[in-house]
Amino acid sequence: MFEFIQKYGLFYLLGGWPETEMGGFAGTLILAGVGLGVSFPLAILIGFARTSQNPVFFIPASIWVYTLRGIPLLMILFWAYFLIPELTGRAMTPFSTALAAIIIYESAFMAEIVRAGIMGLPAGQTEAARSIGLGYWQSMRYVVLPQALVNMIPSFVNQFVSTVKATSIVYIIGVSELTFVAQQVNAIEVTNPVRTFIVLAFFYFIPCWGLSVLSWKIERDIGARRKAANVPSKEIRI
Amino acid sequence: MTDTIRDTMVEIRELEKYYSSFKVLDGISGTVNRGEVIVICGPSGSGKSTMIRTINRLEEISSGRIIVDGRDIHDRDYDINELRSKIGFVFQQFNLFPHLSVKDNVTLSPRKVAGMPVREASELAEHLLEKVGLSEKLNAMPASLSGGQQQRVAIARALAQKAPLMLFDEPTSALDPEMVGEVLTVIQQLAEEGQTMMIVTHEMGFAGKVADRIWFMDRGSILTQSPPGDFFNNPEHPRVQKFLSDMLH
Repeated sequence: MFEFIQKYGLFYLLGGWPETEMGGFAGTLILAGVGLGVSFPLAILIGFARTSQNPVFFIPASIWVYTLRGIPLLMILFWAYFLIPELTGRAMTPFSTALAAIIIYESAFMAEIVRAGIMGLPAGQTEAARSIGLGYWQSMRYVVLPQALVNMIPSFVNQFVSTVKATSIVYIIGVSELTFVAQQVNAIEVTNPVRTFIVLAFFYFIPCWGLSVLSWKIERDIGARRKAANVPSKEIRI
Repeated sequence: MTDTIRDTMVEIRELEKYYSSFKVLDGISGTVNRGEVIVICGPSGSGKSTMIRTINRLEEISSGRIIVDGRDIHDRDYDINELRSKIGFVFQQFNLFPHLSVKDNVTLSPRKVAGMPVREASELAEHLLEKVGLSEKLNAMPASLSGGQQQRVAIARALAQKAPLMLFDEPTSALDPEMVGEVLTVIQQLAEEGQTMMIVTHEMGFAGKVADRIWFMDRGSILTQSPPGDFFNNPEHPRVQKFLSDMLH
């Protein structure tokens, strides 16, 4: 095992880099990180639109969410892979294609987390915010979102974890991420695939487990802060 | 004529509200003078809360007019946030913002709605918390407070708007019995200072002490509007007589 790690460790971590583009575990993290980083603000906008009374916002957002939730990521990936070059007349790298698919897909799922977080707050919070004279956006910014985002943390972490794992599917269009690298190792080694794929599983497990630990800590800290009898005044921010 | 306008804080005319075909408010009319304390009582489901919530437009109405401080609140030109900033509202469930300290709960409206500088808003918060007897809770989070304390903070938060009108929607109904008194004392103090208030409550003893007039509501209508003396001692309306005798048992 030690020999195996020594031989392929760096390959698992970085793929063919620096000879080829950055891949392997780093590629997976970039794909998941950038994918979530871009889809998160999108999801907040779509989630808001989903809670809107105004059909101009509500209807397109709902179509977006229902359509994307109803089809597999793999299909979105194929669409992006074949359709985008067709439409734009330009070839996209497999990595950009995969990233686009992940952003589109995750924006729909995370938008529903945002919607549930906003709708899940007691109506009295919005009523109180509006009653003291705050406008709609002020209420959202100072009262609704700070609470709703905290309530969304467990669902978001769940979604982050599932996204990290879901990136494995993009090996199918030749993105040199972690699973793709493991396939290559397997092709080189030929024997002992169990070892190759146990190492692969281990690499996926680490960030997912890390995210879970992080979410426990955040929730615990916020829970403690909410019950504090004395908040140090320098922490007070509106 | 000008005097009546100046002395009238709230004027409600022929208010009606339907929930689909059910008539919750059925022709409510009434006037609240500046400095007056109106207590609204009546059986559950009589529309008391719905009525008081129409005054700051937490509830919309089907027909009728509401004039607050000389302006029709449903006027298209009247910004709803401006209207609400002139009305303090205290809820049954307190509705403090749990992610903000007591001080931030109180200073939020002065700072973000009235545009008050931070230091001035902090001083205002300190003053108001002292008024409701909670100076030492300035930096506490709402979850560390008892129900009665939370409701007193909610009153301070509403007072921070320096609103000419304060509305209370069953302010003690969600409290443990031993905490009712501390909240009522604060409201009574406001009454003595001449704050115009409308209070929905089931606390009849308190109503007798603070009310200038008691509006008795049943099935979406105001049946009687009378000073507490008449209301308790010579209730003419049989529905009021029944209500009062039910309260005693």
